[in-house]
Amino acid sequence: MRLWLANVRFLAAKELRSLMKDTVLVFLILFAFTVAIGLVAEGVKAEVSNATVGVIDNDRSDLSLRLRDAIRPPYFKPPIDLPRDRVEREMDAGRTIFVIEFPPRFQADVLAGRSPDVQLLVDATAMTQAGLGASYMQQIFAGETLEFLHARGLLGAVPVRVSSHIRFNPNATSSWYTAVMQIVTNVTVLAIILVGAAVIREREHGTIEHLLVMPVRASEIAFAKIIANGLVIHVAALGSLLLVVHGWLGVPLAGSLLLFSTAMAVYLFSVTALGMFMATLAPSMPQFGLFAVPVYAIAYLLSGAATPIESMPPVLQSLAGVLPTTQFVTLSKAILYRGAGIDVIWPQMLAIAGWGSLFVTLAVQRFRAMLARQG
Amino acid sequence: MAGPIPEGSSPAIRIAGVSHHYGAVAALDGIAFDLPRGGAVALVGPDGVGKSTLLGLIAGVRKVQVGAITVLDHDLVATRAGSRERARFLQRVAYMPQGLGRNLYPTLSVAENIDFFGRLFGLDAAARAAHMQRLLDATGLAPFPDRPAGKLSGGMKQKLGLCCALVHDPDILILDEPTTGVDPLSRRQFWDLVDAIRAERSGLTVLVATAYMDEAERFEHLVAMDDGRIIAAGATADVIASTGAHTLEEAYIRLLPPERRPDAERLEVPPYVARENEAPAIEAKELVRSFGDFVAVDHVSFRIGRGEIFGFLGSNGCGKTTTMKMLTGLIDVTGGSATLFGKTITPGDMATRMRVGYMSQAFSLYEELTVRQNLVLHARLYRVPEERVAEIVERSLTEFALADVADTAPTALPLGMRQRLQLAAACLHSPEILILDEPTSGVDPAARDMFWRHLVRLSRENGVTIFVSTHFMNEAERCDRISLMHRGRVLAMGTPADLVREQGAATLEDAFITVLEAEAGHEAQPVVSSGEETLTSQSPFRIAHSGLFGWLAFTWAFARREGLELLRDPLRLGFALAGPLLLLAIAAYSISFDVNDVRLLVVDHDRSASSRELVRHFEGSRYFRLLSPDKSDGADDRMAERSMIAGRAQMVLDIPPGFGRDLAAGRHPDLGVQIEGSSPFPASNARAYADAILTGYQAEVLAAHPETIAADPALAPVASGAGVGQAGLPLGLAPRFSYNQEFRSIYAMAPGVLMLAMILIPAMLTALGVVREKEIGSITNLHASPAGTGAFLIGKQAPYVAVGMVSFATLVLVTIGVLGVPLKGSALALGIGGLLFTLAATGLGLMISAFVRSQVAAIFATALICLIPSVNFSGLLYPVSTLEGASYWVGMGFPSSWFQIISLGTFTKGLGVDSFATAYAALGVFALTFIFAARFSLGKQAA
Repeated sequence: MRLWLANVRFLAAKELRSLMKDTVLVFLILFAFTVAIGLVAEGVKAEVSNATVGVIDNDRSDLSLRLRDAIRPPYFKPPIDLPRDRVEREMDAGRTIFVIEFPPRFQADVLAGRSPDVQLLVDATAMTQAGLGASYMQQIFAGETLEFLHARGLLGAVPVRVSSHIRFNPNATSSWYTAVMQIVTNVTVLAIILVGAAVIREREHGTIEHLLVMPVRASEIAFAKIIANGLVIHVAALGSLLLVVHGWLGVPLAGSLLLFSTAMAVYLFSVTALGMFMATLAPSMPQFGLFAVPVYAIAYLLSGAATPIESMPPVLQSLAGVLPTTQFVTLSKAILYRGAGIDVIWPQMLAIAGWGSLFVTLAVQRFRAMLARQG
Repeated sequence: MAGPIPEGSSPAIRIAGVSHHYGAVAALDGIAFDLPRGGAVALVGPDGVGKSTLLGLIAGVRKVQVGAITVLDHDLVATRAGSRERARFLQRVAYMPQGLGRNLYPTLSVAENIDFFGRLFGLDAAARAAHMQRLLDATGLAPFPDRPAGKLSGGMKQKLGLCCALVHDPDILILDEPTTGVDPLSRRQFWDLVDAIRAERSGLTVLVATAYMDEAERFEHLVAMDDGRIIAAGATADVIASTGAHTLEEAYIRLLPPERRPDAERLEVPPYVARENEAPAIEAKELVRSFGDFVAVDHVSFRIGRGEIFGFLGSNGCGKTTTMKMLTGLIDVTGGSATLFGKTITPGDMATRMRVGYMSQAFSLYEELTVRQNLVLHARLYRVPEERVAEIVERSLTEFALADVADTAPTALPLGMRQRLQLAAACLHSPEILILDEPTSGVDPAARDMFWRHLVRLSRENGVTIFVSTHFMNEAERCDRISLMHRGRVLAMGTPADLVREQGAATLEDAFITVLEAEAGHEAQPVVSSGEETLTSQSPFRIAHSGLFGWLAFTWAFARREGLELLRDPLRLGFALAGPLLLLAIAAYSISFDVNDVRLLVVDHDRSASSRELVRHFEGSRYFRLLSPDKSDGADDRMAERSMIAGRAQMVLDIPPGFGRDLAAGRHPDLGVQIEGSSPFPASNARAYADAILTGYQAEVLAAHPETIAADPALAPVASGAGVGQAGLPLGLAPRFSYNQEFRSIYAMAPGVLMLAMILIPAMLTALGVVREKEIGSITNLHASPAGTGAFLIGKQAPYVAVGMVSFATLVLVTIGVLGVPLKGSALALGIGGLLFTLAATGLGLMISAFVRSQVAAIFATALICLIPSVNFSGLLYPVSTLEGASYWVGMGFPSSWFQIISLGTFTKGLGVDSFATAYAALGVFALTFIFAARFSLGKQAA
């Protein structure tokens, strides 16, 4: 066992040295954890935000103008006037998501208590905006109209006073969410590719073969790669979380960083092992590249970082639920936003570690088979 | 220094003042010489003295840095690479780079390789067919036109290389160490071929670099190099005579500066005395190894005594390497047995590994570590105590004369030194057995001599058993015993002297050739007949390919080859076609923004009829699912907090004590709603649903108590119309969801996932295209041919565009047929978009490939560059129109967002071709920009 650890240490040191010499890779890793995170966090809005609105105003009354003015950032961009014949073109091109049409005599009908209908046309292909945006619009209009009718009192007179709070992210700020999820995604992609490609490169250069002639076990090579590459990604991801996400983007981190760091270490063990296992299956670099794409893309789509797991069909939910990436997304949310402790996230940790052990066992077993195929 | 020049003609090659640097390292330093037309010239010198660089410059594959080179009256400095003059010049040159089969395509057959080279030099179909047949006949490859080049033996590979070089009837033939790593018989046949070519075409100039001095002696002219300079040039006989030596090998050593000469005294190997009654160090009995139905090692048996030097001879691919790998435990044995020190070899046997040192054929130490770091790593892995590591490494550096380069990376060292480093690493732990796989292949005579001195000392002084494979006869002669292997079987074994005697031959080389020829017997032999025109054509029928037609022909040549290679790699093809389908199927079903069944925990402190009435409103909604309280979490409030932190509850509804009482009394009780907000999207939705339900609830309560409204004068206007509008509101809002009336995620997502699959995979397909050729070395064929980089890139792109389009068609069909998403708009509009997008995606991959240096970086960069903007900034999940600042421009500046418009527009919005003018134009511009950028960064010459 002491020998095993010593060899892993020597090989991991070698691995780190090689990685650090590859300036292109180091640059790409840094880019992935700084600029890319910032860009995604600053730009992407995961809920209704900046939605584009067009208005066809057939009334041009005080009320219709008032309602228009009430459509404001951050949910909506200031509405623009649209002639009827341009509506289709704007929506076809995806430039306008909502189009509001006030009917003629709108104000008069409201005053007469005839409760006229305002038409709201929604581009339903903008899934994150459409449904929620329509309901926001409804609330805004109701409030504004009541105020217009000097009937604000109605809201005060409601039988029950509701105080609703969104916990952990009171304003439902997207960047809090997207920044962390992008880190998780990048960790997955980098871990699979970095380790997998390193194994294939060593095989193509014959260096793995050389190591296996020495008193070195396949498991030592495997763990050295996992530790070295995992360490680099771990440092980069944690640095990104502290400096970019917390420092620059100002996202509060609720839970224990030590716990998150441990969880990430376990997750890195699992995905680097997966990358290595995949490398033993794909004989050449081009094959490995093509193999990796659907793996990390599907892992990302099913992880719950892209869309809520709860929204998936039940069969896929249970499939997605067991995947290590999904588990890691779940536990990241729990620790970083909700401040959950080990008592909450231990089942995920355990499952991720289980996957890692499975992958590493398969990879080590296939090491020799992989070498024999070259002959 | 000029050789004799035939009167009335300019020299074939004129070189003046040529110097060449790689970074700070000088490879060539002020080279100048003339070579005559029609001459045969040998270029000799140790490794790393700049021979390959010089040949590369002459062949036009490397860019001249300093000096002037004129070849066949073509000025390589004045004309631009890629120009028409240069193309005409390259038509007349044949260049075969160093390395066994390095410029061949291993998965292509013999005939396909020759055919490709024919196309590469602009030959038409008739010319290719005629030339190919003659070349195959002449080289003896005619019986195996369909065998993949990668499955040929080393000698056959080099003959095929020669065929490929000669297919276009060159006027100058440049061969860089063509016989390194080839068995003696094949070597002899190879040179006979070259002689036959020369006999036929008197005008052909042949320039050959070689490490074999006996080969160099066959040429009438000689250029000897050392350390980037010329040390002798002229007629070979004159050079030998001027040094007073008998052989070229001696002459060469005398030409070297004194400090570089090997030990003057001849290496004498003390006789080996086998000790009786001692178990052999290595013993193989009826050893068999097969790969599929190919038997690599066929019942091989031998015994090697302790301290013996046992030589292994045979051509590449004859099973030597496989045998050695079985002895090291790297490869499992199919049949028979192999023992080291009397113990059967078992894969995990660390104790045996400690006693064995191994040196593989190719350099297999770490290029990115320095010489010293490599040795230190070896020492540690061989369990040298930490305090002794430094001492042992220093001793080894001195012993193998590596101290001067201890802190250099092996990449920067000449081959000879690299091999010495490998030997140093193999000997570091004082092994009892050394297994050396062609340790001196490609190493120059002086370095080989030094290498063997080490081996002899290890064997005779330290009693190390040495099992070594080699192609050099003078090395074979130094072995105590040798065995000759051919096609997996041992043909002969014994002491060198015995073997010579048995075969009745004059030399060991002749003895081997006799054995091989006897074995070959019925095998097809080269039919090089004298006088008859076989290898070259006297009337060169070169096609004047120029302009568009020529360009198209070159493009087709590259496209055809790339396509064939792709077809031979079913795994890659399978990944390319199945990957996107899997992605589409899983993603289309899984990505959904329909937020239903929000997990709601109700903490009812009131437990009255009123509170139950409130809860019923949530129970009745399909948006909420009520959780049953988990008693283990303790008291109500604590339980709510805990289940929210644990993620069990997404929303908590807190009904205060006395809720019903307060409500009835009009005291406006407080109702707490808490939503778990770690994912903002479902949280916002949950809040909106809750608000809607509570508004309805309020209206109902209000309606049940009309007196409340009547009592409040502020509510008068509402009172009249209360209950008329939606939930008693003064206006109605009628949302109409266009394009996707049922508001189903799959209609919106499937077109997006189509976009995602069509960028991730096609870009990855081409991403390794160029950089892999750079790493393997076949990019030289582009440099050496008249074809342009544009034709190369487009030809490379074409097959992947075809694969991309097949993949696109299957994805669209699956989307419509299996996922049930109707294509409402024009199929043509979608198809045009798909084609342009595939062009852009494959172009992007090629551009990345042309920019980066290593395959790892290419995969890495492609993954990041494609995934991040496509997922985030292209409208897959979040509409582009809502993006802010830089990310909006990143989205617009990446092809994915444009195809998303087309995909979504045709599938869900029912649009046609006329709606997408801008998107088509944008995709077209991307495709062109990527290709031009790739072409710009990919030079026609190497540095």
